Amino acid sequence: MAKITFDGIEVEVEDGTTILQAARKIGGDVVPPAMCFYTPLKGSGGKCRVCLVKVTQGSARDPRPMPKLVASCITPVQDGMVVENTTNEDVLNARKGIVEMLLINHPLDCPVCDQAGECDLQNLSYEHGVSATRYEEPRRTFDKVDLGPYIQLHMTRCILCYRCVYTADQITEKRVHGVLGRGDAAEIGTYIENVIDNDFSGNVIDVCPVGALTDKTWRFKNRVWFTKPMNAHRDCPTCSGKVTLWGRGDTVLRVTARKDEYAEVEEFICNTCRFDKKEMSDWTIEGPRHIDRGSVISANHYELPVVNVPIVPNLPKSTVKKMPTE
Amino acid sequence: MGIKILTEHINVPGIETLEVYRKHGGYRSVEKAIKTMTPDEVVEEVKTSGLRGRGGAGFPAGMKWSFLAKPEGVPRYLVCNADESEPGTFKDRVFMEKNPHALIEGMITSSYALGANTSYIYIRGELLFILRILEKAIAEAYAAGLLGKNILGSGYDLDLHVAPGGGAYICGEETALLESLEGKRGNPRNKPPFPAVKGLFQSPTVVNNVETIASVPWIVNNTGAEYAKIGIGRSTGTKLISASGNINRPGVYEIDLGVPVEEFIYSDEYCGGIWKGKQLKAVVPGGSSVPILPADLILKTAAGEQRLMTYESLSDGGFVSGSMLGSGAFIVFDEDQCIVRNTWNYARFYHHESCGQCSPCREGTGWMERVLHRIEHGHGHQQDIDLLVSVAKQIEGNTICPLGDAAAWPVASAIRHFREEFEWHIKHPQEATAPGAVYRGQLAAATV
Repeated sequence: MAKITFDGIEVEVEDGTTILQAARKIGGDVVPPAMCFYTPLKGSGGKCRVCLVKVTQGSARDPRPMPKLVASCITPVQDGMVVENTTNEDVLNARKGIVEMLLINHPLDCPVCDQAGECDLQNLSYEHGVSATRYEEPRRTFDKVDLGPYIQLHMTRCILCYRCVYTADQITEKRVHGVLGRGDAAEIGTYIENVIDNDFSGNVIDVCPVGALTDKTWRFKNRVWFTKPMNAHRDCPTCSGKVTLWGRGDTVLRVTARKDEYAEVEEFICNTCRFDKKEMSDWTIEGPRHIDRGSVISANHYELPVVNVPIVPNLPKSTVKKMPTE
Repeated sequence: MGIKILTEHINVPGIETLEVYRKHGGYRSVEKAIKTMTPDEVVEEVKTSGLRGRGGAGFPAGMKWSFLAKPEGVPRYLVCNADESEPGTFKDRVFMEKNPHALIEGMITSSYALGANTSYIYIRGELLFILRILEKAIAEAYAAGLLGKNILGSGYDLDLHVAPGGGAYICGEETALLESLEGKRGNPRNKPPFPAVKGLFQSPTVVNNVETIASVPWIVNNTGAEYAKIGIGRSTGTKLISASGNINRPGVYEIDLGVPVEEFIYSDEYCGGIWKGKQLKAVVPGGSSVPILPADLILKTAAGEQRLMTYESLSDGGFVSGSMLGSGAFIVFDEDQCIVRNTWNYARFYHHESCGQCSPCREGTGWMERVLHRIEHGHGHQQDIDLLVSVAKQIEGNTICPLGDAAAWPVASAIRHFREEFEWHIKHPQEATAPGAVYRGQLAAATV
């Protein structure tokens, strides 16, 4: 066991745990954001750099600070480590800089993007972004690509987190390459189409932190925050059949895996459940799905009345809605 | 003229053949090491020699070797980094082309020291003709019993392979090199684990530059203490310098570390002065990724001391008034060279070569290139200079591998030392974009 101090809070975790996982054990506002790291995907992490933190004391044995900011998602804890995240200005500045980098080539087409409302990049830019861009040049664009009948790749929105590449790697052994090109011309290769035959290929949609991979059975049907999430299950021969249904009235608009507060899936689901079972009668409804994520979709659902959704910290007083007293 | 360790026999006719190479004392170190020394003794000699990695970072080679993990039953590898692609660097290319056996001798001796039974030379894809030269030399060494099973009857086995890359600069980064060597996309790995623990094929691996490995035979033959006598302080031995730019005698020079920079530029033994007797404007002393220094700061440190060709002296003053020896690519600019154009050119290179794995480098290198392109072509705004400084700062230190730093340093340093020139470009777009136009104001001020 290793004891670390994260933003002044002590926490004890197993040896070999990463700093990010230790912070998640604390939970709340101190947890660094993560765009590329995904717990169920082995090997993911270290790429987006938004989870950078400052290690001010390496360990109890060797108390020297680490010279650079480190990616918390891949750096294992040492006993006696002291980490600063929200309490360190350098970290917040670096993160702001990285969010700006992620956004310069992002189309910011949230009004027409199906991911809007549950988009990690959207949340991140609310918290750490700046209101105006300093980037004047044309943004990079790509043509949309169909990956089989159900999935569309909109590379223009991609932030190259490699999550879909790892997903594809882990569900099939036939696929090796996922990214073509280099630098800001790098793109998710359509070689990924090879996984479309796989029963679990639809999971690349769930792991995508932005709207680059979207479900064609759901595209433009509705906005996420208008739909009601429900836990449901069915007797599925391929996967566990435990899903979240997103519907309006009696219509099932979308089926996804169940995701936790860090948008990580509990269990991957199969394509049949995701794309073909769109009738209420296909499912056994368990009840409302509690969504606990830092985005608008946490707001609109069952925990009414919602007074203040803590998306934007330090909201001015004028925006606080007064609830009628009973 | 100092001692020549690496280039003594480089111009001997036929030195690329085993016969001539052996006639000039070749493969003595292999015999000495394998027959009379234990591997640990060889490592100890290299440690004593103070030899530092010649690829750019300057990390002590002996220390790197002693960090190599040695778990039972797991193979260890030595990989020679011959993916020399930094703009301005061409020393390894000349060395391998002329004297391939010297590298192979170094590989055998070093592999023996590290206990590696399979070693690789990872060579840059563009140098395919050198790959043929090396393969021919390796075949000769196999035939002579210097490679393969039971080398010189000692019971030590070594297989040496040459593997070409696809020509990506990023594969010169050691973990990207290992990925590429494994047949994957050349993306740098997250560290830790370091290659000394989990490198090639998840086994402990040492990655060294060509020049580092080629220095080992001399150290084994003449002892590390003897090697440590050359040079100054912690910069021991000799170093190959690829001198290029506006000088009278561009080329590869082997210098004793510690030669004054002024002597190196103006002495007829080395660069032979500035071309056509022009005035020196700036120098990039260690390859395109290190900070550029204006004439006054390259000849003397900020404290007024004479600057020497050593790791310490060139980095004196940190990044405020110093630079780095890097891989020893000494690029000289005369008064007619435009710093803005040159900085844009470097930025274009790093934009092209960024692997695109981590966000600051992927997006930042392209951003810097576009802004510099704008300034160079007369469309810059005054705030662009501060924008460049801030983007460079956002990249630096926040990336997986040092390519991000390498892209940020030249831009940041050019603005630090030549800000006036950037401002002139922005204020006078028409004059600045005229053919051959160069800002001379700062030059006059600096030399007064």
